[in-house]
Amino acid sequence: MHQLTEPAVDVAPSPDVMLPHRFRIDKYRKDTADTFTVDLVPVNPDQPFMYQPGQFNMIYIFGVGEAPISISGDPATAPKLVHTTRVVGTVTTAMRGLGVGHELGIRGPFGRPWPTDHARGHDVVLVAGGIGLAPLRPVLYHVLANRSDYGKLVLLYGTRTPADILYQRELQQWRSRLDMEVFVTVDRATPGWRGNVDVVTTLIPKAPFDPLNTVAMICGPEIMMRFAAIGLLKRGVPANHLYVSLERNMKCAVGFCGHCQLSREFVCRDGPVFPYDRVRDLMMTREL
Amino acid sequence: MERAELGHLIDVLQREGREVVGPIFRNQAIDIGPITTEADLPIGCVDEQERATYRLTRNGSARVFGFSEPAASFKPYIFPQRQRIAAFRREGRGFVDEHHEEPIPRLALFGVRACDLAAIAILDRILLEGPYVDESYRRRRESCFIVAVNCAQPGGTCFCASTQTGPNCTFGYDLVLTELHAKGNHRFLIEAGSPDGLEILEHLELSEPTDDDIDFARRQREHAADSMGREMNVHGLTELLNDNTQHSRWDDVASRCFNCTNCTLVCPTCFCATIEDTTSFDGKQAERWKRWDSCFTLDHSYVHGGAVRVSSRARYRQWLTHKFGTWKEQFGMLGCVGCGRCITWCPAGIDVVEEIEAIRGSDEKVREEVDHG
Ligand SMILES: Cc1cc2nc3c(=O)[nH]c(=O)nc-3n(C[C@H](O)[C@H](O)[C@H](O)COP(=O)(O)OP(=O)(O)OC[C@H]3O[C@@H](n4cnc5c(N)ncnc54)[C@H](O)[C@@H]3O)c2cc1C
Ligand code: SF4
Ligand code: SF4
Repeated sequence: MHQLTEPAVDVAPSPDVMLPHRFRIDKYRKDTADTFTVDLVPVNPDQPFMYQPGQFNMIYIFGVGEAPISISGDPATAPKLVHTTRVVGTVTTAMRGLGVGHELGIRGPFGRPWPTDHARGHDVVLVAGGIGLAPLRPVLYHVLANRSDYGKLVLLYGTRTPADILYQRELQQWRSRLDMEVFVTVDRATPGWRGNVDVVTTLIPKAPFDPLNTVAMICGPEIMMRFAAIGLLKRGVPANHLYVSLERNMKCAVGFCGHCQLSREFVCRDGPVFPYDRVRDLMMTREL
Repeated sequence: MERAELGHLIDVLQREGREVVGPIFRNQAIDIGPITTEADLPIGCVDEQERATYRLTRNGSARVFGFSEPAASFKPYIFPQRQRIAAFRREGRGFVDEHHEEPIPRLALFGVRACDLAAIAILDRILLEGPYVDESYRRRRESCFIVAVNCAQPGGTCFCASTQTGPNCTFGYDLVLTELHAKGNHRFLIEAGSPDGLEILEHLELSEPTDDDIDFARRQREHAADSMGREMNVHGLTELLNDNTQHSRWDDVASRCFNCTNCTLVCPTCFCATIEDTTSFDGKQAERWKRWDSCFTLDHSYVHGGAVRVSSRARYRQWLTHKFGTWKEQFGMLGCVGCGRCITWCPAGIDVVEEIEAIRGSDEKVREEVDHG
C-alpha cells in the first residue's frame, strides 16, 4: 500500500475574534464613589477602530477576565476610546486598580448602535438612569456635532443621590447651551440639593418635545426602561420610535456563548440597542 | 465492500495520518473513543434505551453497528469540553499575546449517525456561518474526515424521523456505510460524499453492489424509519412555545428537574460555553480557557445583582423553548436532531417528547404581563 497524499485541509489562520487588542490607559478620572472613566489609546497606532454610539467593547484585564462595557466617548475621536465603568465585581474592581500607562485588552466594537439615522429630522429624547448615561453620551456628542440634522435635544437623567450624578461638569455645560434641554432628578436628596426629587420617569410628562415627531432612546435598569417607555407612549410618542438598551450576561459578545439570550434575541448581536416594540413582550415576561 | 475490508478502511485512515475515533465499549455503555483496529468497535453489542434507562448486552451477533446512537456524541472532538484559546505574558504594565494555538489532531470521525451529522451541521451553522467565525471550532472542524453509518437500529428514545434528521445519512459525510447482515451474508455498502472520500475509496478493495444488496439496504432504511422509539409533532413548535411561557406544565416539570445539566451535556447541539481567565502563581502568565456551560446553572444568566433565570421553571423553559422554538428563529432550523440522549440520560426521567406533547395538548396561549406597580 502506498503512502497517501496529504488531503487538502485548510487551517490557515484568520483573525480571531476572541483575541483582545492592546490599549493603553491615557487618562483616568474618578466620576463618583463607585464609578470611573478611562481614555484608551491603541498600543498599535495603526489599529483601525471605528464605532457608533451605543456599541460596546469586551474589556479584558490581564488574567482576571472580561466585562462588556459601552463606549461612552465621542465617536469622532476614534480610535481613542472612552469607557465609564461602575465597580460591582471582579473585573470592574481589577480595572479600577489600574492607572495611566497600564494596558488592557479590547475586543470590539460589538452590537447594534442607537438609531442616530432614524432620529434625524426628529426631536431626540434621551432618558438615562444611573450608569445608563454612559452609553447614551455618544449620541449627545453626535447630535451636537450634527446639530442642524436634528430637532430638539432633551436629556432626562435620574440617579439615586446627587453624589451619583455622572459627568457633572459636562452636564453644567450642556445645561447652559441654548440648543438642548437637560433635566436631572434624584431618587433621594441630600443636604444642598435644590433640584428634582423623584424617579426619572416623572420628568417625561413636562419635558419640551413634540411627541409625534420624537425618537426616544432609553438606557438604565430594566424596570426604569419599562416605566419610561410607558410614560413616553402616554405622551404620544409612537411605539416604533422608542429604543432601549438591554443588558445580559455576556462571555463572547459574538453569539457563540449563549449567555445573553433573551428568547430569540442574542443581546450581544441583535442588541444591545433594540427597537422597543421588538422586545416589549420579552421585557414583560419574568425570568425570560 | 466485504466485511473484512472494514478493518482495512480503518488502517487506510490511520496510514493517512488520522486518529480514528468512533464507538467503543466503555463503562457499561457505548462511548466515543480512539479506534486503532476494528476489534475496538463494540461488535455484537445491543443497547436498550428508555427514559433514564440504558442497558447494554452482547448478543454474540457479528453485527458491527447493531446498537443505536452511542451515549456520547462526537461533539467533544470538534468542540472540546475545555480548551485553552489564548495565552498572554505580562510585560511591564502591559501584556503580549503568546500566539498560543492548540495542536489540532487530524481526526477521522468513524460511525457517525445521521442525527450526529445533523448536529454537526447545526454547530457549523452557528459557529462558522454567522457574522463571526469561531476559530478554534473551525480549525478542528476542517481537519475532520467523516465516515458516517446509516442507522439500522433506532433506539427506544430516538425520534430523528420526526425531526427529519435521520435515520439515513444524506449529506455532510466523506464516506457513508450501510451494514448488510443477513443469512450468512455480511457486507457493507460504501459511498463517497466528497472528493476526499473518493480518494480513500481508491485504496479499498471494492466490488459492485448486487441488486439484492441495494434492495436489502432500501428495505433496511425503510424499516429503520418505521421503528423509531418515539414520535414528535414538530409542526408550529416555535409559536406553540412562545405562546405558552406561562403554561402550568413548566411548574410541573420544574418540580421534577434536578437542574443537573445532564441533558445539556449529552445533547450534540448544545453550544453554550463560558470563558475562564487564569494567571500563573507569579502573575506573569495568563491563559484564557473556554469550557462548556449549561443554561441550567444560575451563573449562566447572572448579571450584577443576581441571576435572570432564578427559578428552575425558568431554566427548564429556557432549555426546551430554545431547542424546539427560538432556535428556529435564530438559525432557521430546529435545535434538536431527535437523538434521544437527553431522554435516556435524564436521571429524573424527563422526556422532551412528552413535555412538548403536554403543552401542545393543552395550549393555554397565555403571555405574562408584569405588573407595573
Ligand atoms: C452591552 C453591555 C454594556 C454595558 N455597559 C456598561 C458600562 O458602560 N458601564 C458599566 O459600568 N457597566 C456596563 N455594563 C455592565 C457590566 O458589564 C457589568 O457590570 C460587569 O460585567 C460586571 O463584571 P464584574 O466582573 O465586575 O462583576 P461580577 O459580578 O464579579 O461578575 C460575575 C459574572 O457576572 C457577569 N456579569 C455581572 N454583571 C453583569 C452585567 N450587568 N451585565 C453583564 N454581565 C454581568 C460577568 O460577566 C461575570 O460573568 C454593560 C453590560 C452590557 C451587557
Ligand atoms: S434535545 Fe435531546 S433529543 Fe434533541 S438533540 Fe439534544 S439530546 Fe438529542
Ligand atoms: S431535565 Fe433532567 S437531565 Fe436536564 S437538568 Fe433537569 S434533571 Fe438534569
